[in-house]
Amino acid sequence: MTVSRREFLRVSTGAGAGTALGGMLGLGISLAPARARAQELRIKDTRTVPSLCPFCSVGCATLIHTRDGEIVNIEGDPRSPHNEGTLCPKGAAIYQLHRNPNRPTRVLHRKPGATEWEEVDREWAMDRIAELTKRTRDDTFIERLPNGKLVNMTPAIFHLGGATLDNEFNHVCQKILRGIGVVAIENQARI
Amino acid sequence: MGSNMAENHPVAFRWPMKAKMNGAKLIHVDPRFTRTSAACDLHVPLRSGSDIAFIGGLINFVVNSERWNTEPFFRDYVVNYTNAATIVRSDFQDTEDLEGVFSGLKPEPSAGIEQWPYNAFVGTYDTASWGYDRPGGVAREDIDADQRKAATMRSGEAEDATQPSQGAGDDARRSSVPPEGWDAMVRSLKPAPARRDPTLQDPRCVFQILKRHFSRYTPEMVESICGTPRDKFLEVAQSLLDNSGPDRTSAFAYAIAWTQHTYGVQIIGSAALLQLLLGNMGRPGGGIMALRGHAAIQGSTDVPTLYHSIHGYMAAPSALKEHDTLADYLRAEVTPTGYWANMPKFMVSYLKSMWGDAATAENDFGYDWHPKLLGDHSHMASFAAMVEGKIRGAFIVGQNPATSINAKLERDGLRKLEWLVVKDNWLTETATHWYAAPEVRDGSVKVEDIQTEIFFFPSTQIAEYEGSFTNTQRMLQWHFKASDPPGDCRTDTWFYYQLGRRLKRMYAGSTLARDQGFLNLVWDYEPDPQSGRVSHTMGEADELKVLREINGYYTGRPKEHLPGFAALKDDGSTTCASWIYCGCFPSWDRNLTAARTPDPPGTPGAHLGWGYAWPANRRVLYNRASADLQGRPWSERKRWVWWDGSRWTGYDVPDFAATKAPNAPANPNGIGLDALSGTDAYIMKGDGKGWLYVPSGLVDGPLPTHYEPVESPVRNALYPQQQTSPVYKHWRKGADDNRIAEVEDPRFPHVMTTFRLTEHYLSGAMSRWLPWLAELQPELFVEIGHDLAREKGIANLDRVVVSSPRGAVRAKALVTHRIGVMTIAGKRVHQVGMPWHWGWAGLVKGDIVNELTSLIGDPNVSMHEGKTFVCNVERA
Repeated sequence: MTVSRREFLRVSTGAGAGTALGGMLGLGISLAPARARAQELRIKDTRTVPSLCPFCSVGCATLIHTRDGEIVNIEGDPRSPHNEGTLCPKGAAIYQLHRNPNRPTRVLHRKPGATEWEEVDREWAMDRIAELTKRTRDDTFIERLPNGKLVNMTPAIFHLGGATLDNEFNHVCQKILRGIGVVAIENQARI
Repeated sequence: MGSNMAENHPVAFRWPMKAKMNGAKLIHVDPRFTRTSAACDLHVPLRSGSDIAFIGGLINFVVNSERWNTEPFFRDYVVNYTNAATIVRSDFQDTEDLEGVFSGLKPEPSAGIEQWPYNAFVGTYDTASWGYDRPGGVAREDIDADQRKAATMRSGEAEDATQPSQGAGDDARRSSVPPEGWDAMVRSLKPAPARRDPTLQDPRCVFQILKRHFSRYTPEMVESICGTPRDKFLEVAQSLLDNSGPDRTSAFAYAIAWTQHTYGVQIIGSAALLQLLLGNMGRPGGGIMALRGHAAIQGSTDVPTLYHSIHGYMAAPSALKEHDTLADYLRAEVTPTGYWANMPKFMVSYLKSMWGDAATAENDFGYDWHPKLLGDHSHMASFAAMVEGKIRGAFIVGQNPATSINAKLERDGLRKLEWLVVKDNWLTETATHWYAAPEVRDGSVKVEDIQTEIFFFPSTQIAEYEGSFTNTQRMLQWHFKASDPPGDCRTDTWFYYQLGRRLKRMYAGSTLARDQGFLNLVWDYEPDPQSGRVSHTMGEADELKVLREINGYYTGRPKEHLPGFAALKDDGSTTCASWIYCGCFPSWDRNLTAARTPDPPGTPGAHLGWGYAWPANRRVLYNRASADLQGRPWSERKRWVWWDGSRWTGYDVPDFAATKAPNAPANPNGIGLDALSGTDAYIMKGDGKGWLYVPSGLVDGPLPTHYEPVESPVRNALYPQQQTSPVYKHWRKGADDNRIAEVEDPRFPHVMTTFRLTEHYLSGAMSRWLPWLAELQPELFVEIGHDLAREKGIANLDRVVVSSPRGAVRAKALVTHRIGVMTIAGKRVHQVGMPWHWGWAGLVKGDIVNELTSLIGDPNVSMHEGKTFVCNVERA
C-alpha cells in the first residue's frame, strides 16, 4: 500500500500544527492568540478524553478530542508533570495511528501451503485458534518428568508480546496461558 | 551513559535541560556524538561495550580520592547503609586472584535437562563461596540439596516416577501448609548474622575486596580499553565526586545500551556500586534511572509476561529448583529478614487470584496446578527450540520477531510452526513473512512449502480502549476510551479473554487431573451492567475488573478492595494477583491510576496526586537513605524524607517502617522488618544494606568485571587469560545459522553498535506506516567516520554493504565526524552505527539490521548482545 504525495500532504496539514504548537509552548513562548484560533478550528464542539502516549516509557499524558465519536485531535495534556502539554514527533503523530488508510481492519487467515490471505469471520477464527490451542496443549502436555517431578506444563506453545500493551492485557494474557500450562511467555521487556 | 535521551526520550530530556539551566552539569558518555551529546556540557567517547572498564575506573578513582576518604558523609553512608563492612567467606577468590574468573567456576557448558536443553550456558559457577562469612551457622544458600530435601515436608523427588499423577486436592497428596502458619518456617530459615568490620580494615570485608578488585582500573587502563582520552575520563571522575555529598547528588540515566550485552546486569550493577559509594541512592536527584523504551514495558515486567517470574517479582515455579510443594517453594524463595519475609502472603494471595475458591490450605492453595519451568524459556531459547521443531504454536501480539535478533533464524523458526497467530495494528513483517521475506522472494523458500496455518487479527489503538500503562518511573496511569474501533479491530485483552472463554467451554466436564487447574481458573471479566461505561465494545473484558483482580480484594467480597499490601494475609483470606500493585485501586470507586492532580508550581514536586507509583505510591525508592543516621535530612537542599520524633514523614511516602525510630535496634530473634534496625534503609535486602558486593542472586559474579563482548576486534587488556564472561549464553553454538566471529577476525574488523531515531519506533511497526513519521526518516543508513570512509573509498550517500558472520544488509553511508576511529590497546578500531527501524513492510522500506545480530546473551537474564558486535563495511 502506498500513499500519494497529494494525500500525504493533505493528511499532514490536518494536525501538523499540533506538533509545532506543543513544542513552542514547551519553550515558554506565548502563543495564546494562535492557540485560541487553532482550538476554535479543531476542537470546537468536541468531547475531551484523557489518554496517554503509547510509544516510549516517559508516560506523556494526552487529551483526545472527539466529535460525534470520531477522533479529530490528539495533543499533550498541559496538566501532566511529565510532559506539561508537550509531545515529541512520535507523540504528535498518535492521531495517524488511528486515522490512517493503511490500517488493517479485518481478520485474515492463511491455510497451510496457501499463497494468499483470506478474509474470515472473527468468531470463526477465534474458534479455530481455540481448537488448535487445545489440541497442541493436550498433545504435548507434561504432567511429570521421568524423575517424578510434577510440572503440569506444555513446552510447545510460545507467546511473545509487545510492551505498548496495557497492564490489564499482560495480566489476562499471562493468567490464561499459565492457566493452561504454557510457560514460554515472553515480552519485548527482554529485548 | 548507555542512552541517547535527547532523541529517544525527548520529552523527559526537558528535565535534565531544566536542571542544566539551574546549574547542573550534564555529561554524555557514548560511542557516538548525538543530539544528547550536543546538549550536554561534555561528551566523552568510549568504545561500545567497554562500560564496566569505564565505571570501574570511576570506582577506583573515588575510593582512592582524598575527599571520599576524609569527608564523614561518605563514611557514614557507606558503613551504615551498604554492605561495605560485611565480611565474605574465606574461600572466596576474586578475579584478581584467578586471572579473570571468580571462585567456583565449572567451565563445561550446561544445556539444562533432556526435555528442555536450551539453557545455553558456556560455563557455570558454583556460587556458594561468594556468600557472607557467618560463623554462627551456614546461610541458606550454602545448605546442600540433600539437607534441604531432608528438611522438606514432602518432596516430589521422593515419589515413584511411575505412579499416576495426582492432582492437587487429591487425598493422596498431603498439604504442605503448616497449620500454625508460615512464620515458624520463615524463622527457621534465618541465617546466623554475618561478621562485620565497621573500620573497613579487614582484608576480607566487602570494601577491601572491591578496592583490590578495581585497583588496576586506572585512567591508563580505561584509556587503553575504552579508547577514552585520560583527561576526559578524569574530568568525569572529578565532576562526579565534586557533585556528590550531603548537599549534592548525581544521577545516572541509562537505556538499552547498558542491557544488550553478555554482561548487561553487571554494567548496571557497577553503576549501583558507584552510586552507593557516593551516597547517591535513595536521595532526590540521585539514583540510576532506567530509561525504558515502551509505554508499558515496566508493566509487562511487573505483571510478568516474562517466563521467569510471576507477579510482583516472585520466581516462576521451576522443575530445576526445590519447588515441589508450596512449602518447598517458599523455603527456597523467601528471604527471612527484610520485607521479602512476607512472601507467603504475596504467594498465597496470588494463588487465590488464580484459583479462587478451589485454592485452599488443604491443597496448597492449588500450587500443584501452577506450571513449572523446565529451564530457559526466554525469547532466544524459544526461537532456538522453534528452529529445532520443539514449538508447535505461537501467539505474537504487538511484536515483530521476523525483524528481530538474527532475523533470518527467527523467520526459519516461524516457518517451522504448525500455527501462528499475529495480532497487531499493522500487517507487519511477522504477519507477512510467509510471502514477503527476502528468502521467499529470492526463491530459496517456496510459499507452498510453508505448512504454517496463520491468522492475523487487527488491534485497537490507544484511544479506542481503556486501561493502565506503567511508565519508567513505575507509575501507573490510566487512559480512557475515546472512540470505537473500526471493523474487526479488538483489544489484545479481548483476544485472550475470548480464547479463555472458549477453552473453558471446551474443557468443561473434563475429569482428567491435568485439566482440573484450568477448570478452576477464575475467569470472570464480564462487564458489570452497573459500571456506567459510556461505550463498551461487545465481547471486551471489563478492564476495571481486571485491575481489581491485580489490586486485590478480601476473598469472597470483591467490592471490598485491599487498601495496600500491608493488608495481605497468608491464610487465603485475601485475593491479590500483584502485591506490588496492591493499593492502586484501594476501593471500588477510587482508581488512583486515573488520578490527574499535579502539585502546584514551586513545590518539591513529588506529585503524589498524579498517577500511582508502586510500591505504595512512592516516588523515590529506599528514601530512608535521604536522611542521616539520626533521621535528619543530610542537608536542607536535599531534604526528602525524615524522622519527626515519632514517625517518618516528608515530601514522599517513606520507604520504611512508619514508626521505627532511627536508633531502633534490630530484633535478633525477629523476622521481616523486625530483624532490621532503624538505619537499615534497604528494606528489601535481607541485611538491610545496599549491596556493593552481591553475595547471592547473580550467576556471573559478585562484582562487575571487565570482559570483552563475545565478538570483539581486540583482546581483553585486563585479563589476557579470560577474553569474555566465562558463563554467557550461546544458543545454537556451532550451527551455521548462528556463527560467531573469532577475536581479531580480519574479515570483520569494525565495532558495530545499533541505535534508534526520534522519528521511528523499534522495528518500525508503529512508525513506518505513519506518513508524518515515514517522511521524516525515509531510509536506512549506516553512520561511519571519515577515516573509514577514506580507507574504503566510500563517499557520503554511497550505497554500502554491512556484513557480520550472520548476514549482510544494504544501506546508504552517512559519513560524519560523530563516530569514528579509536585507539584500543594500541590498535586502531573503527566504530560504526546503524538504526534498525526498517523492514519490507510499511510506507518506507529497508533492510533489516537484525540480520546481523546473534543469539548470544546475558547469563542472568538472557538478554541478547545486540549493542556491540563486529562487522565489515564495503561499497555496494
